[in-house]
Amino acid sequence: MNRRKFLIGGATAAGALIVGYTVWPSGRLGRANLLAAKPAERFATTWIKLANDGTITIVVPHCDMGTGIFTSLAQMAADELDADWTQIRAETAPSDPLFANSAMAEGFALEEENMALESIPNSLRGPAVNSMRLIAEYMDLQTTGGSCAVRFTGMYGMRIAGAAVREMLVKAAAARMNVPVEAFRTEMSRVIHVPSGTNFGYGELAAEAAKYSPSAHPNLKARSALKLIGKPMQRIDIPAKVNGATQYGIDTQLPDMWYGAIRISPVFGSKLVSVSEAPIAQNRGVKKVVRLDDAVVVLADRFWRARNAINALEPVFDNGGKGDVSSKTIRDQHLAALNNGKVKMDRSTGSGAEALKNGTVVERVYNVPYLAHAPMEPVNATALYKKEGTLEVWSGTQDGLGSRVFCAKTAGLHMDKVTFHLLPSGGSYGRRLPDLWDFLAYAVKTAMAVPGVPVKLIYTREQDMQHDFYRPNVTSRFRAAVDRDGIPVAWVNNYTTNNDPNNEAHILYGVPNQAYGTVKIPVHVPTGPWRSVEASWHGFFIESFIDELAHQANRDPLEYRLALLKEKPRHSATLSLAAEQAGWGIPLSAGCGRGIAMVECFGTIVVHVAEVEVTEGGAVKVRRVTTAADCGMAVNPDGFKAQMEGGVIFGLSAALYGEITIDHGAAVQQNFPDYDVVRLAECPAIEVHIHESDAPLGGAGEPGIPPVAPAVTNAIFAATGIRIRELPIKNHALGKATRAS
Amino acid sequence: MEIRLKVNGVVHDLDVEPDAPLLWVIRDELNLTGTKFGCGIAACGACTVHVNGKAMRSCSVPVGSVANEDIRTIEDLGASSLNAVQEAWIEHQVPQCGYCQSGMIMAVSAFLETNPAPTDDQLAAAITNICRCGTLPRIRAAVRSLAARKGVGGSR
Repeated sequence: MNRRKFLIGGATAAGALIVGYTVWPSGRLGRANLLAAKPAERFATTWIKLANDGTITIVVPHCDMGTGIFTSLAQMAADELDADWTQIRAETAPSDPLFANSAMAEGFALEEENMALESIPNSLRGPAVNSMRLIAEYMDLQTTGGSCAVRFTGMYGMRIAGAAVREMLVKAAAARMNVPVEAFRTEMSRVIHVPSGTNFGYGELAAEAAKYSPSAHPNLKARSALKLIGKPMQRIDIPAKVNGATQYGIDTQLPDMWYGAIRISPVFGSKLVSVSEAPIAQNRGVKKVVRLDDAVVVLADRFWRARNAINALEPVFDNGGKGDVSSKTIRDQHLAALNNGKVKMDRSTGSGAEALKNGTVVERVYNVPYLAHAPMEPVNATALYKKEGTLEVWSGTQDGLGSRVFCAKTAGLHMDKVTFHLLPSGGSYGRRLPDLWDFLAYAVKTAMAVPGVPVKLIYTREQDMQHDFYRPNVTSRFRAAVDRDGIPVAWVNNYTTNNDPNNEAHILYGVPNQAYGTVKIPVHVPTGPWRSVEASWHGFFIESFIDELAHQANRDPLEYRLALLKEKPRHSATLSLAAEQAGWGIPLSAGCGRGIAMVECFGTIVVHVAEVEVTEGGAVKVRRVTTAADCGMAVNPDGFKAQMEGGVIFGLSAALYGEITIDHGAAVQQNFPDYDVVRLAECPAIEVHIHESDAPLGGAGEPGIPPVAPAVTNAIFAATGIRIRELPIKNHALGKATRAS
Repeated sequence: MEIRLKVNGVVHDLDVEPDAPLLWVIRDELNLTGTKFGCGIAACGACTVHVNGKAMRSCSVPVGSVANEDIRTIEDLGASSLNAVQEAWIEHQVPQCGYCQSGMIMAVSAFLETNPAPTDDQLAAAITNICRCGTLPRIRAAVRSLAARKGVGGSR
């Protein structure tokens, strides 16, 4: 079936998604079994395979990039299944439309073509609408991003699938004994006939159970009945990550494979003019030089030979007319646009900017730089193109099915002729999302130049860093009018964008008059989603400005925030929890300070309190970060804490050191020495406290990042009186001599 | 030119240039892919292996300089039973994406041979490997637990 038709036909204007499950009720499972079932194993429904030996395999329509979702999703299915956790396995779904993740919403919750939202239980309705919106936005079907795995795949796929399969197992037992299903209960992968105690293992019922149709509306457990969800679990992927066994995309090894090293035009978007092969004519192992529109690839029998050869070449690229662009010209452009440019209104509440006349105006401008994703596994892909018009590709990306379609399009082939093997990613943070697939395109084009030869194209760290899709450089200008008590009555925020207005700019604080606008800046530097996306910049801007307003009003920054959050009990409680655990208000020695910041994104509220020490010489040491987070309920609390800790480190690396600067139209930084990150010596003590609430499940991978930078810069202000309005922190002199007395 | 390389107790006679990086010889000639490429300039430590028990960043070690030496990779570290560091990594649920962890574990296991009960500061001075996912707090906790078993050290 054509993927686009499949999708677009499925997403109706009414908001109901109708693909997959209902389209091919019987053939579907058969095809799934052919694609992904082992002997003595079969799919009972979309995401769950039952084997005769009792093993239950959860098939996950996401990539493993390190956040632990294979475990969390398996917990969600296994809990509803009443399965014995030791018999649970998880594997990656094939990159096939059969396993498209739109099924998470429509497969069960919206199974029927004309099914109305009213038939979804009230408690699930709001999030279901949201999940459909997300799917519709993404349209890539197997995307891993937006902190959506647990929130959507888990809530609308795994739990419902698990509950449905449990009912099928009960039906199979009831049929065997010829008694009503009501007489049974389930526990630890067994169906138990309550009156007699007769019981059956899930394995022995597997084949019979799989013959029943799964219910679209199985009964889900009440929160109080959950056994695995909410319990800290050891991650199932970890054992293979301590002995080198996990095979990432870069580990793909094929017989008689050639290795590719690439040099892409340094100025983004410019073209290859010429390249002489003379410098590498004698190089051992070099097989071919492939000229692409904007890059050169050397193929050799070993990677280091390809890399040495590409480094010896002196390709000539044009500069696309962008040779004068630098960080300075971009900055000037931002400021000019914010001062004189055309502001496009996004949203206005109350009397908007008009209300600036109702108080004393405070104005501030903030900026964040471009950032690279810099996953530890540089981007890479392996491709094999055959003359008869087939293509096979191996890579770690954030969307297996989308990658398959993209590779097909790049090669000019029908997707049926293309196989895509989705492998775990050695980190990603957004780098391998759809539309950021330069590495797939280069690998496919290179493979097409040498039909029949498998080609593994690996970016060196330098190419990976200089040809990223960066977190955008954003400048934001605030004006607030404050009353006599220093409380804002108007909040006006205009910021630069190369895209649409950002929802994450809108504040949670209770300010009666608000106005937001954007100025669009055309820049040739490629940008893309970076772990926490818009919140990564607006979190810094908003939480810095609110802190400035608090200090200007001579109010405690915590107490000031709480005063503006009277209508938001979850936010207030999370703020108070973090502050209490951090010892907010307990005096620190000279040169030390605490800062607090709160950001809600991807359904989770995160508050960090940073405690910093700034030496007389100006060195910053972040000693401690205390985190409180409300994600409704953490499916795997230990995994959630790990994501918060990771978010703190990732956010701290960016806040302290992270910047990609532009010179002569190209990225300046090349490798970790000039794009430094936090290592053990700079790693603060981190404590994470979970604030449970009855809110819908929130994300984990991203929300920990945005409040890190403002918590640290607010703490630096508390310690030194110096306000940092432009990141990274390393560019600021903070020594005693520079501080106001 | 043939180079005799001893990796994980197995001897290989390889026809490679002496200046070929040990990392790529291990990965591409010997098909041992547990050792990872991260930066190529010995800045990140993802490629750490043991050479005569000492941690070395193999991306910047010319293969010719370690001919006939005892080279050990992550594949061998827990081959018979998991090394104590690997066990602590599971107990503390350290890895996220896991890509840097081969190098982390090789670096930490070699370091603990020289200092079985390091303080946090000693650990931080010795282990400068990069982890982008941010598993550092758990690495520190795992090493503290290993140090505590040795009866001394483990805190500042």
